[in-house]
Amino acid sequence: MYAQMVDTGLNKVVDASQMSPQEQAFQARIDADVKVEPRDWMPEAYRRTLVRQIQQHAHSEVVGQLPEGNWVTRAPTLKRKAILMAKIQDEAGHGLYLYSAAETLGVSRDDLIDDLHAGKVKYSSIFNYPTLNWADIGAIGWLVDGAAIMNQIPLCRCSYGPYARAMVRICKEESFHQRQGFDIMMAMCRGSADQKAMAQDALDRWWWPSLMMFGPSDAESVHSAQSMRWKIKLLSNDELRQRFVDQTVPQAEYLGLRVPDPALRWNAQSGHYETGPIDWAEFQAVLRGHGPCNRDRIRVRKEAWDDGQWVREAAMAHARKRAERESRAAA
Amino acid sequence: MTSEWPLWEVFIRSQHGLAHKHAGSLHASDAEMAMKNARDVYTRRNEGVSIWVVKSADVVASAPGDREALFDPANDKVYRHPTFFPMPDEVKHI
Ligand SMILES: [Fe+2]
Ligand SMILES: [Fe+2]
Repeated sequence: MYAQMVDTGLNKVVDASQMSPQEQAFQARIDADVKVEPRDWMPEAYRRTLVRQIQQHAHSEVVGQLPEGNWVTRAPTLKRKAILMAKIQDEAGHGLYLYSAAETLGVSRDDLIDDLHAGKVKYSSIFNYPTLNWADIGAIGWLVDGAAIMNQIPLCRCSYGPYARAMVRICKEESFHQRQGFDIMMAMCRGSADQKAMAQDALDRWWWPSLMMFGPSDAESVHSAQSMRWKIKLLSNDELRQRFVDQTVPQAEYLGLRVPDPALRWNAQSGHYETGPIDWAEFQAVLRGHGPCNRDRIRVRKEAWDDGQWVREAAMAHARKRAERESRAAA
Repeated sequence: MTSEWPLWEVFIRSQHGLAHKHAGSLHASDAEMAMKNARDVYTRRNEGVSIWVVKSADVVASAPGDREALFDPANDKVYRHPTFFPMPDEVKHI
């Protein structure tokens, strides 16, 4: 997902007998769906895991602007351009809400950004794929934002108050993102044969990476089991992926596009679609830094950060100078 | 040198809202920038008609440990609620 394979730092799920009374009380409150707030006591592993998860999520929102930004100047109409800019601006906001939520856990914004630039913390694998043409902007909104919504809606109920509240805001804004993407796909599928072929090509390239966004099956994962006990993960990766497939395949059919999976079939008994195997070797390679755009994404992020350094410093110096002048005038 | 801007808390009053409500936080070098950023980040869809920004460092918050001391005393003062006083059916408008 936007936060993939989040490590809890634990090698087994903590059971009640190993917990201190304080930890037991904490778990009892989570079980009772009481939200954890920044100043409440929390186990160190809970805090650390949340920082990692929220931080990955925030970085994904920010880095996710890059593939889309690639097409702002080449949007086919002024209207599409304005819409795309509004969408990208929302993603900047999502990053900010999430960084703020992470900061309530006692980490600084600059440290979070340094971690991204140093490659210590990842962002979603999906943003390491290139946007080759305008149809990719449609496919991203439809599939990538669609997958993100799938993951983010349950997180509105997560146990950490600031994270849950950020998710509520984000979910309100996301459905516009998915719809504008589908709207682009509809326009292309109703257009010329060439345009429809572009839409098909975009689906061919984005389908599998979108399914990979949910991460490998975590049925056996200690980290996922622990995160679920803490209610910072609500549904398993496979469950979310299945929901996404079930929702998206009929949408592709509506567009008259073919999902690039020869094994895809409807199972009337289970009421779900069955899919072919996912190439997890590709996913692992992308995570290790060998996706088509990994290096480029971080280079562009760092450049933007470094180029903005003097602005951040000048604004602070200006604020200090003005405050001094005001206090002198008051004295 | 670290140049991290101070953190601000943002409160928004919506069109039909009776009070300002906490919307989130942001970094800004001064109050003017905090106001501009709050507008950009928290009112892109007509969420508000009024914004307050307050330096996070200036917020004084109650401690979770003081919950009982602060809030429990209200529990045994049910007479503060109008429902504590049953009124005869014949008496109207009260
Ligand atoms: Fe987003
Ligand atoms: Fe989005």
